Amino acid sequence: MAEKIIGTDIAPQDLVAKITGRAKYAEDFRADGMVFAKLLLSPMPHARVRGVDTTKALAMPGVIDILRADEVRQIEGRPGEASLTDEPLYEGQPILAVAAETEEQAAAAIEEIEVDFEPLPFVLDPLDSLRPNGPNAYTGGNRFGGGEFSELKWTDADFEEIEAGRMPNGEAAVEWTKGDIDTAFSESDLVLEESIVHQSLTHHPMETRSAMMYWENGKLHAFVSTQSAQRTKYAIAGTLNIDPEDVILVAEYCGGGFGSKISGNTHMEVPAVFSRKIGRPVMLRITRYEENYIGRARPGFQSWLKMGFLDDGTCNAIDLYIVQESGPFGAGDFNTAGMIADLVYTPQNMRFRGIAMYTNTPPKAAQRGPGGAQIVIMMEPILEKAARQLGLDRLEVHLKNAPDADVGFGPRNSTLTSVYAKEALEKGAEIFDWAGKQELSGRREGSKVTGIGIGLSPYTAGSRGYDGLMVIHPDGKLYVHQGLGNLGTHSIMDTARPAAEILNLNWDQVELVWGDSSRGMPRSSVQAGSQTTHAHSRANHAAGMDARAKVLEVAAQTLGGSPSNYDMDNGRVFRRGGGASMTFAQVAERAIELGGRYDGHELPDNIHATTVPAANMLAGQGLMGVARDNYGGSGGVYSWVAGFALVELDEETGVVDIKEYVAVTDCGTVLHPRSLGAQVLGGSIQGMGQAMTQRWVFDPKWGVPFANRLYTARPPGILDVPLDMKADAVGIPDPQTPVGAKGIGEPPVGAGGAAVTSAVADAMGGHCLCRTPLTPDIILAELEGLSQPFTLEQHIG
Amino acid sequence: MAIIRDMIPAFELFQPTTVEDALALMAEHGEGGWVLAGGLDSYDWFKDRIKRPEAVIDLGGIDELKGIIDGQDGLEIGAMTTLTEIVRHERVRSEYILLADAAEHVATPQIRNQGTLGGNISQDTRCWYYRSGWACYRAGGNTCYAAAPQAMNREHAITGTSRCVAVNPSDTAPALVALDAKMTVRGRRSSNVYDAEDFFIGPATDITRMTVLEPGDLLTQIDIPSEWANAHFYYEKVRDRGSWDFQLVSVAAAFKTSGNTIDDARIAVNGVAPFPVRLDAVERLVKGAAVDEALAIEAGEIAIQGSRPLKHNEYKQPMMSNLVRRAVRSVA
Repeated sequence: MAEKIIGTDIAPQDLVAKITGRAKYAEDFRADGMVFAKLLLSPMPHARVRGVDTTKALAMPGVIDILRADEVRQIEGRPGEASLTDEPLYEGQPILAVAAETEEQAAAAIEEIEVDFEPLPFVLDPLDSLRPNGPNAYTGGNRFGGGEFSELKWTDADFEEIEAGRMPNGEAAVEWTKGDIDTAFSESDLVLEESIVHQSLTHHPMETRSAMMYWENGKLHAFVSTQSAQRTKYAIAGTLNIDPEDVILVAEYCGGGFGSKISGNTHMEVPAVFSRKIGRPVMLRITRYEENYIGRARPGFQSWLKMGFLDDGTCNAIDLYIVQESGPFGAGDFNTAGMIADLVYTPQNMRFRGIAMYTNTPPKAAQRGPGGAQIVIMMEPILEKAARQLGLDRLEVHLKNAPDADVGFGPRNSTLTSVYAKEALEKGAEIFDWAGKQELSGRREGSKVTGIGIGLSPYTAGSRGYDGLMVIHPDGKLYVHQGLGNLGTHSIMDTARPAAEILNLNWDQVELVWGDSSRGMPRSSVQAGSQTTHAHSRANHAAGMDARAKVLEVAAQTLGGSPSNYDMDNGRVFRRGGGASMTFAQVAERAIELGGRYDGHELPDNIHATTVPAANMLAGQGLMGVARDNYGGSGGVYSWVAGFALVELDEETGVVDIKEYVAVTDCGTVLHPRSLGAQVLGGSIQGMGQAMTQRWVFDPKWGVPFANRLYTARPPGILDVPLDMKADAVGIPDPQTPVGAKGIGEPPVGAGGAAVTSAVADAMGGHCLCRTPLTPDIILAELEGLSQPFTLEQHIG
Repeated sequence: MAIIRDMIPAFELFQPTTVEDALALMAEHGEGGWVLAGGLDSYDWFKDRIKRPEAVIDLGGIDELKGIIDGQDGLEIGAMTTLTEIVRHERVRSEYILLADAAEHVATPQIRNQGTLGGNISQDTRCWYYRSGWACYRAGGNTCYAAAPQAMNREHAITGTSRCVAVNPSDTAPALVALDAKMTVRGRRSSNVYDAEDFFIGPATDITRMTVLEPGDLLTQIDIPSEWANAHFYYEKVRDRGSWDFQLVSVAAAFKTSGNTIDDARIAVNGVAPFPVRLDAVERLVKGAAVDEALAIEAGEIAIQGSRPLKHNEYKQPMMSNLVRRAVRSVA
């Protein structure tokens, strides 16, 4: 009997290579004749290049050539990012690249290039851009719509509010409502109103976005760091306007992305174009300093929130306004934040208003739980305050407001496939001993005060309709071809498990093929939005079912009888009740003899066109399982994490020590418990850093960021979190997907961060600081009654 | 000239094995030479291409600069002794735990394995305007960007400033001041011993340096006199996160006590000035006094007298005051 594979701990296939250093990341690759490129970055937040003198640089030893903005794709007439530019929109935006025999020579040459920059007005803070006569991020204005730039400014009266530390209520770009908020607020027993600031923070994955590329016989060989794989190949082809089948993508390993490398990145274009120009392989190693600028960041929010509650804790109404700091090219977090607020607290009456403002800060992009993480980190302390004022238990307030499976939320009344948020809350409360810990809330020992908090965080966790592709080879093994990226989440391995179980194989009879497009990648989801566990457990389930049917048919055709007379186990197909049997090796050989649909020479009509080249590549190698996920379903797929934290706040230093943390997730069926724990706790730690330490700092006069290094950006370290954190899962399958599994990457961030911000508010007696990160200076200044240096400004990050 | 970072330019590397050879190399290369201890500060400068020495004189091969010796009067610590060795040293732990505590608060285990005591106390400030290569006073320019009205100066000084408002980043420096350590500085022709509190200098003395060390000078040894062995010690460092972070404010204190009474005290604070600040007035207050909460509070209040915050670091006043209060309170 083959082993149970789904729900068991199996070490991922790439583990040994990673821990022994054999794993090759993008910058580990070399090619004959390879040269190095370095980037010249803009020293100003907004400028125009009037002239460039490269004479000296080109004459330096080892220098081969220079690549300028007019040689790469430019996006004209609208906000859009080019890999090199003559109008930088943030400090650190690449202007040009130099290629030289060695990296040292390239760097030295950069220093000899004279660039004549014309400084232009810049803006860091969205509110400054909205101020009458305030600066704009673009020369044409601060807004873009209908094909042109325009200006949007709030009024002087709006800004009188800001002087008082309150959000103004100027014109919004996005607005939606449900119910009747005015009536709901008037009928509420408690109405709270807060202005809340959430910082912007960089992604800073451990591996920077280095890339090496060369051209050979008209094909581009690209060695890159990317979250996805099959989709990245298409993204590169799109950027270069070439046939995707002319891109050989190698991306076996990726040292993290957090949303910043979803399908490649803008600056991959540099080595591709430069290599084509000079006819030699080009390595572009991105340093930590460069990553800080071009490596993306989570957008910051300046927001105004009004919440109405009934005396039983029901959240009756939400009025939420978010101004988003969007960088030069925009981001969608604020819209998601509005939807998540509606989903978590289920007010029947809600108004959401939002406006995303362009700024001259490094570019923003999705960062693990984009929008959702920010909003729960901001709102959970308000819930703490409300429960306290209503004399209610926060857990009860959460349980009262958390949605059930019939929820409809957001402007389009979106629905979900399943919701077990309440089960996650209840299980988490049990493990954390919420009832017992209530006794500790507000306990004072010397200068230390204990606080406890809850963070409930949902996020998207699946998509549908992708393809699975696998082949049983004449060696008797199942080769599962994955078009996902190897982001480190293990979903690239774990989503093959359903196929193994369907074919009753042991895991050592399964080989995974990934990370090299020349070996065949089916149409896949991007490795983002926590889609892959759901999307590709389905796709591989479908292809596994196809392979199973074909194995039974081949057995019946070879040994007689009908397919239903046969079963399979442990790499052998056999007649039920005894008798003839075949090994999978024999089945594979027979499939090749039969040809047609059995060995992939005939393909299903409904698979994606982009799977066909990969399937054609593999045709004739064995018995092919290939299918599209046609399982269907209705509603969005969301997972949930309920986080519980206990903190000690030192009132004499402002330091918060996170002492305990428990997280329980509703992510459907658990494919791989150990990996799930790593995702849940790893994401939670990331959220704790977001809530407590990680930030950016800009000098408002010069418009440039500091905190450009890891130690100044301050992502959390292991000493910032409790040693013994606990993760668990509700474990109820999603009813709309055959394996029952949903994704998990995103929602832990908000849970970890919000449990902590909520616990800090509890330790402060229900007082909400309404700003992140909650660094010691901010907390101590509040406790000591000092004026806070910031009200609604974003500058501190 | 365009700016590029994160790429160390080539330099000539010398690896002497004796102090004499090191001093000779330093004399030979003068301003173009750079003395390298653990490299944690130096390589940051080199990577940023802001400090570009022609010759780097690596002290890593000089055995006579390494190790801790039981001296006639206390401990003699070679300047190249690693922070990890100090943290683990039996006698440091049993008699001078203040120094071990301070050393253990440096950055991370990896950095403590590589970083040295001499390097830790000789390191340059982390003011991000200065470290970004801006032409400030300390860098030879004619302004202080961090003191400008809109500047981001949450981590800067509230006292001891003179044009420059940067702070000393060392975790061990205040502990050495509290322990009344003596620094031996050797030049080619002379050797001087400085009290720890005189080793660190402020911008009023020389705005381009953090210590007395001038080109050609080599810090060779740090002596910890037995005078303060087994005193009652208190060390605390407040930082934004639990590792790999410089202090916002730190305090190091040594008290000689009889029961509840403080007979003698040495208290130093770092992160508040361009040098570790010895709190003479607080020491005078507490000497001979019985410790109670009122004394602790008063000590904290006196500690911050005369300090003046910048736009974003007013919090450092209560933080410093509270740390001093806690140090005094710890005696009770």
